Amino acid sequence: MLYHAKARFSSTTGLEDIYIGPSHIEWKGEKLTEDAFTWQSPVLGTVYGTLLNFREQVDALKGEFKKPPYQNEPVRPILYIKPRNTINAHLKEVAIPKGVEEVEINATLGVVIGKTATNVKEADAFDYVDGYTIVNDVTVPHTSFYRPAIKQKARDGYCPIGPWIVQKDNVPSPDNLMIWTFKNDELISVNSTKDLVRSIPRLIQDVTNYMTLAKGDLLLVGVPHNPPTAKAGDTIRIEIDHIGSLENRFVLENVQVAGGEKA
Amino acid sequence: MKHARVACHGAIHDAVEENGVLKLADGRLVNFDDVIWLPPINPGTIFALGLNYADHANEISFNAPEEPLVFLKGPNTLIGHNGVTRRPANVEMMHYECELVVVIGKKARNVKREDAYDYVSGYTIANDYAIRDYLENYYRPNLAVKNRDTLTPIGPWFVEKHDIKDPMNLKLYTYVNGELKQEGSTKDMIFDIPFLIEYLSSFMTLNENDLILTGTPKGTVNVVEGDEVVVEIEGIGSLQNTIVGDKEFAR
Repeated sequence: MLYHAKARFSSTTGLEDIYIGPSHIEWKGEKLTEDAFTWQSPVLGTVYGTLLNFREQVDALKGEFKKPPYQNEPVRPILYIKPRNTINAHLKEVAIPKGVEEVEINATLGVVIGKTATNVKEADAFDYVDGYTIVNDVTVPHTSFYRPAIKQKARDGYCPIGPWIVQKDNVPSPDNLMIWTFKNDELISVNSTKDLVRSIPRLIQDVTNYMTLAKGDLLLVGVPHNPPTAKAGDTIRIEIDHIGSLENRFVLENVQVAGGEKA
Repeated sequence: MKHARVACHGAIHDAVEENGVLKLADGRLVNFDDVIWLPPINPGTIFALGLNYADHANEISFNAPEEPLVFLKGPNTLIGHNGVTRRPANVEMMHYECELVVVIGKKARNVKREDAYDYVSGYTIANDYAIRDYLENYYRPNLAVKNRDTLTPIGPWFVEKHDIKDPMNLKLYTYVNGELKQEGSTKDMIFDIPFLIEYLSSFMTLNENDLILTGTPKGTVNVVEGDEVVVEIEGIGSLQNTIVGDKEFAR
């Protein structure tokens, strides 16, 4: 069975309609394998990540919330931005900087916004969704969530996205999707979007209560508790039911420059 | 030269200031009052600094940081000169922040401080409002405080780098309803412009039209619906906006 998705290639402008089969991809009537394409991020809008939205993470930190520096439990969704230099693509490399042994692999679902979303009600939230993609929110490990983690989260190429956007009609229950992380083909982590503190529609409601999401923006549903890590030489593949799989190889920083493009 | 982006005559135009009026790229002259002012730069990544003036850090009872406190903002938050900023009902502390904005001119990675100005194209002004009622101690200042729609007026002008002799010695002023409320100088920044460019580019690539909002001095006070707020920086311009309530937004 084929399902419809949208992708961006380095050889084309704009999003291309593709059809995903079990072992091939149809594009403009041709049957191709995924390595026949040079994949780009299918998302060009602002990427907002959500902290503390997996129940396991919140439960584990419960004892800390009332203590300094946090003082109180989080009330509104805590967001962060993955800026444009972080945007990376399927089958591209991610660099580990000097002095960092390993980086966190934060496998997550990305919700692509389909139209301007301001003060949206939970019941209407899916009207504002265009589709879904896979994101690896690569992060230098850090233990404190007190200050924005720019140095840890905003490094070049630290946000692989893709390979494509699956239109929402092809994803029957986005609040019950399994997220599988493989390191060098070995399964190392499993999560499910059913374990979110705020479900996708609730998250869209609570975020758009205080800020507008624009068409093409990407909202990441949350990062897992105790995420697995990768070192130089590892290949990470993230699979999400009904969406596909996103693969990246980790290398040392000196062989790579901005945005995952090789010099 | 001072550059603006404005809407008038049914389209969006690039314009420059010439003898007290706007000259559009197509040659037409338009009065300042006859245009809608847009943010002068179509921004890439928007960086902002917290606690970058020692006096302001003291004012909100924090020790000056040892490393820059950097946070990011989304494009939803920007508005142009003469725009309106929403103050939600029932908040107690919403304050302005007059800030010098550095506009990055070209790709910058691993830049040394002595070369930093080579990567600057120019400057503008931002009023980086904060609503302190929404502060939470997670990735603080969290986006609910700083990234709400309309919370960051910017402009009116993009001023080219070579028109500003010493960006680290400019007076900053904020007026509320015509009364001077905040006064400072960019010379009192804890982390100056070359430091910030060296720091950020040491771990990430800066690109053309990325913006760095460099923080605000002391003198931030609460503003309420109806207040007219003007932030001004010597040699760069004067950015006006008005605080409005929920009603205008049907909230």
